[in-house]
Amino acid sequence: MRFLLETRLLLGRCLKSTLRNPVWLVMGLFQPVLYLLLFAPLLNNLKMPGFGNTSSLNIFAPGLLVMMAMFSVGFAGFNVCEDLRSGVIERLRVTPASRVAMLLGMVLRDVILFLVQCVLLVLIAMLMGMTVDPKGVILLFLLLVLIALMMASASYALGFLLKNEGSLAAALNTLMLPLMLLSGVMLPLSLAPQILQNIAKVTPFSHAIDASRALINGHLSDQSILISFVFIGVLMVLGIFWATRVFRKAVA
Amino acid sequence: MSNTIIETKGLRKTFKSHQGKGGKTQLVEAVKDINLHVQEGEIFGFLGPNGAGKSTTLRMLTTLIAPTAGQALVAGCDLLREAKQVRKRIGYVSQAGGADTTSTGRENLMLQARLYGLSKEAASKRTDELLITLELSSFADRLVKTYSGGQRRRLDLALGMINSPRLLFLDEPTTGLDPQSRAHLWEEVRKLRALGTTIFLTTHYLEEADVLADRLAIMDDGRIVAEGTPNELKQMIAGDVVTLGLETQNGHYQKIQDLFHEQAFVREIHPGNDEVQIYVERGEENLAEIIRLIDGAGLRLSKVALTRPSLDDVFLRKTGRSLRDTAL
Repeated sequence: MRFLLETRLLLGRCLKSTLRNPVWLVMGLFQPVLYLLLFAPLLNNLKMPGFGNTSSLNIFAPGLLVMMAMFSVGFAGFNVCEDLRSGVIERLRVTPASRVAMLLGMVLRDVILFLVQCVLLVLIAMLMGMTVDPKGVILLFLLLVLIALMMASASYALGFLLKNEGSLAAALNTLMLPLMLLSGVMLPLSLAPQILQNIAKVTPFSHAIDASRALINGHLSDQSILISFVFIGVLMVLGIFWATRVFRKAVA
Repeated sequence: MSNTIIETKGLRKTFKSHQGKGGKTQLVEAVKDINLHVQEGEIFGFLGPNGAGKSTTLRMLTTLIAPTAGQALVAGCDLLREAKQVRKRIGYVSQAGGADTTSTGRENLMLQARLYGLSKEAASKRTDELLITLELSSFADRLVKTYSGGQRRRLDLALGMINSPRLLFLDEPTTGLDPQSRAHLWEEVRKLRALGTTIFLTTHYLEEADVLADRLAIMDDGRIVAEGTPNELKQMIAGDVVTLGLETQNGHYQKIQDLFHEQAFVREIHPGNDEVQIYVERGEENLAEIIRLIDGAGLRLSKVALTRPSLDDVFLRKTGRSLRDTAL
């Protein structure tokens, strides 16, 4: 099918372009290592209800994966600014190729690179003592892919709308901080006032973090898993629609 | 007999612009009412100052922006209803170029070819052809970010030509190029025309429009203010000017006026400081006659100059502004 071929070609372009940049290879791969090494020792003293003697990494690392999906992938939109400026986006849009393939080529690049970072983080965490439920971890990676697709699409949509790095940075930074606080990664939500806890329930990330913890530890019947898949699945589809729509009109 | 390859009726584009922080939303009419006819096989130029609406019009014709109103037929297909068909038949080189600087020249060309539906083998063959034609072979496998301005432009042109389009759109193709690169690019454009490609180019350089275009339209503030071949436009507005160094005081001017005022080719006569300016038609042909008349009347001619009108004169007459003043 033409669509698959076009997506593969466009994905190839994006991957090659990123991998040629030595900065990504160094920073991108180092990032998960850095987070683990910096944060894990801090958590040794924090006791979370219901987890008993398991390694603190079992509590922290899943949240870290979700946080990477938000922050690492959430800033993917910057890739678009240069392509807009140099006319690459216009040049692609003038061809008869599928617009969705063009967007997916970019988004999948970010998802693939993110998955590499996730695998690396999980492997290192396992070396540091984290235990992993085999069925759960597969579902977890699936959930992470959905989150990454959602974040990348939304980030690209903003990138096409705002067009330059300055405006995009301002918008993303403004949005990310509250999302991060409301997700419970940095500080447990049980410490927050009730109103913030309620707002957090309406955002997908707190559920995603609960789900990721449940999945890594093998609690496969935890309701946050189903909620997360559905919530994020829907947002992901909406995100892709939005990004494609904005992309169809994108000019420098 | 050629066919019309671009035909537009009432093409219009209005943008919403937000002025200032939370300010009023204004409607900006970038393109007001464009009716164009471009013949197959010609180089059609779109000349105008920056901000005239040329790039916006071009983007509408290449399916990048949806028109606010109006219709167009591009390469035989309806612009609004058959956009995908239009895309298959046209090529486009934007002002920024569109080459991916983090890939090599060859990779750029291969991807573009395959997006147009060529198989891997066909794409490879076409890429090699264009690399040779546009003299890009020796650095085809280097990253585009290492290319010079002229090399970049040639790659951009190759990208636009990759699907051998019948109709090629060029948006300000030589902006920022040194004169030699510019001349080379003009050569490439002429070669394309020789192969039967129709070329639609926008420019704010007078010389480019004058030298390269078979026909052109002058655009200002969203509208076409004049249309025709470069010569037609120039002749329509101003004749050639013959400047004669003659004594004009002491009643001499009257003698000169009497001498020329019945000649059919003379449109106007203006006195100057020790010179007379005569606006004529086809100055090259009539200059000899003018000198003969002066000689015959026994007047002493100290100098002669023949100036042709320029497209700037055309623009000035039609809009009240000089194109040179508006060019960056």
